[in-house]
Amino acid sequence: MTSPAIEAARQAPGVVVATEPRRRGAFARTWWLYALLVVGLLFVIGPFLWMLLSSFKPQSELVRAPPTWLPETWTLTNYDRLFTKLDFPRYFFNSVLIAGSVVLANIVFCSMVGYALAKLRFAGKNLVMLLVLATLMVPGSVTVIPLFVLMSKFDLVNSYWAVILPFAVGPFGVFLMRQFMQAIPNDLLEAARVDGARELRIFWKVVVPLSWPGMAALGIITFLASWNSFLWPLIVLTDDRMYTLPVALGTFAIGQYQADYGLLMAGAVALVLPIIVVFLLLQRQFTESVASTGLKG
Amino acid sequence: MAATPVPTGAQPRQAAPLSARLAPHLTGWAFALPFVLLFLAFWALPIVASFVLSLTDFGITNLREPFGAPYAGLDNYSKLIHDELFWKSARNTAYFVVVGVPATIAVGLAVAVGLNHAALRLKGLFRVAYYLPVVTSIVAVAVIWRFLYNPDVGLINRLLDLVGISGPNWLGDPHLAMPSLIVLGVWRNFGFDAVIFLAALQAIDPALYEAARTDGATAWQVFRRITLPLLRPALLFLTVLTTIGYLQVFEEPFVMTKGGPLNSTLTVSQLIYNQGFKFFNLGYASAIAYALMLVIAVLAVVQFRLLRPET
Repeated sequence: MTSPAIEAARQAPGVVVATEPRRRGAFARTWWLYALLVVGLLFVIGPFLWMLLSSFKPQSELVRAPPTWLPETWTLTNYDRLFTKLDFPRYFFNSVLIAGSVVLANIVFCSMVGYALAKLRFAGKNLVMLLVLATLMVPGSVTVIPLFVLMSKFDLVNSYWAVILPFAVGPFGVFLMRQFMQAIPNDLLEAARVDGARELRIFWKVVVPLSWPGMAALGIITFLASWNSFLWPLIVLTDDRMYTLPVALGTFAIGQYQADYGLLMAGAVALVLPIIVVFLLLQRQFTESVASTGLKG
Repeated sequence: MAATPVPTGAQPRQAAPLSARLAPHLTGWAFALPFVLLFLAFWALPIVASFVLSLTDFGITNLREPFGAPYAGLDNYSKLIHDELFWKSARNTAYFVVVGVPATIAVGLAVAVGLNHAALRLKGLFRVAYYLPVVTSIVAVAVIWRFLYNPDVGLINRLLDLVGISGPNWLGDPHLAMPSLIVLGVWRNFGFDAVIFLAALQAIDPALYEAARTDGATAWQVFRRITLPLLRPALLFLTVLTTIGYLQVFEEPFVMTKGGPLNSTLTVSQLIYNQGFKFFNLGYASAIAYALMLVIAVLAVVQFRLLRPET
């Protein structure tokens, strides 16, 4: 895979200088780049297309060798079974409720502490910042065992609280909001203070309206993390009425439905499609928030 | 926040200086407190507790009375050192990291350089499409890829059939299972690296390239001496982040191979899960988790030192 990189690098600087004059000539010289990128596109999109097509095939067609490309008989029976045989609406509801709560909590709490760390002076501030930075890279698999002990002790296993509370705040969210709020001009805040506004009012009327893009980025990132999270919900949600979509799909995929590919593909669609739709609607915010946080980090 | 003291003017004379001095601290803490409490309970405390747990024989019966767990000293750690399965899982995880991280970053960089081509149309479309796997659930894509890898009815062997090759049993062969998981890892993650690299590439001043060309630099020299050094912060960020992520690989083997065949895809995170939540050896599982955290911390520090931008 290094040769396209080198090839492209060889071309890139030259074209930067000479773009404007000949656009048609540019295509003639770059057709191979399009060819490579389209092959990459098929590699990336292929598995999703296969998932979608397979979810409409009956089981008899799925296990036939060689398999068909397009469904010979289009059927909704796989989706029907998600509702009748399994309780996917319930898992969907659990996932939405949990992800929604986590997003809301993160936006509220991380904005508040982000503001305090960026713009207020108080004793112990550096300590709070140090704590955040120190845990920025702590792996999830280290905290799950003590968290499970904690949740068992307080009888919270198999409750929504068990999956919401540990992710209600996170070091990344604080870091992001602090970075974002540092960019707010101090003059604005001082002007409000001179006018006699209390800090909470300043926060609500000045800081929050200016921080929407940061909050949106945090919201998107925490929603994704929560919607897709697996290890902790798998551990702490053992009653199948509490399953989230990934826990349900992962558990069924290695359990009694492991060869039922039609059902599994329909389940994967239920898990993946909402995210793809949201992503396509908000893709600019997605990639730009990722790119900007990445460069700061 | 309601507890914030009223401004100094309303206070009696003697009290005014003290409350005036305290007020900013109280305001600061009012904003920070909800976060600090949640953070201490669910992040800081578990990190400390994990180490304490690793020094005990914590089992399922101790869940009701956590403080009654028998102290075991460093027994769990000496058990770890002699545990063949732990070393097996450590080697498997190292395999995944050592091959997977450079592969993911190389593909991401290649795609970013391609997308940064000035004459390229449809840049936005490619960027969105390549990013798609990054936002989707690992469990879902692992389920999809297990189906793709299926030796009899999977798409991959179907495509190989078309060109007359009879494909192997990807996930059933101890030598092929891990590489197959790495391919999925690269597929799922390279889009993230590409977006970060692309942003970094676009931030490079074109004047630098022009100057280099005027000086007669070859394209390879330009890439090697200008582009690559300026990508260093992005490279550092992605190396550290991808390494931390890959060291904890869990979903892919959980869904696709259950660690098999012959434990060839058993990872450290899976071992922690099995020990902790299948056998409820929570003390021993904590020791493995702590060892993993140490490795992650050491690797992150080493990578920071090696790749830190020269200033």
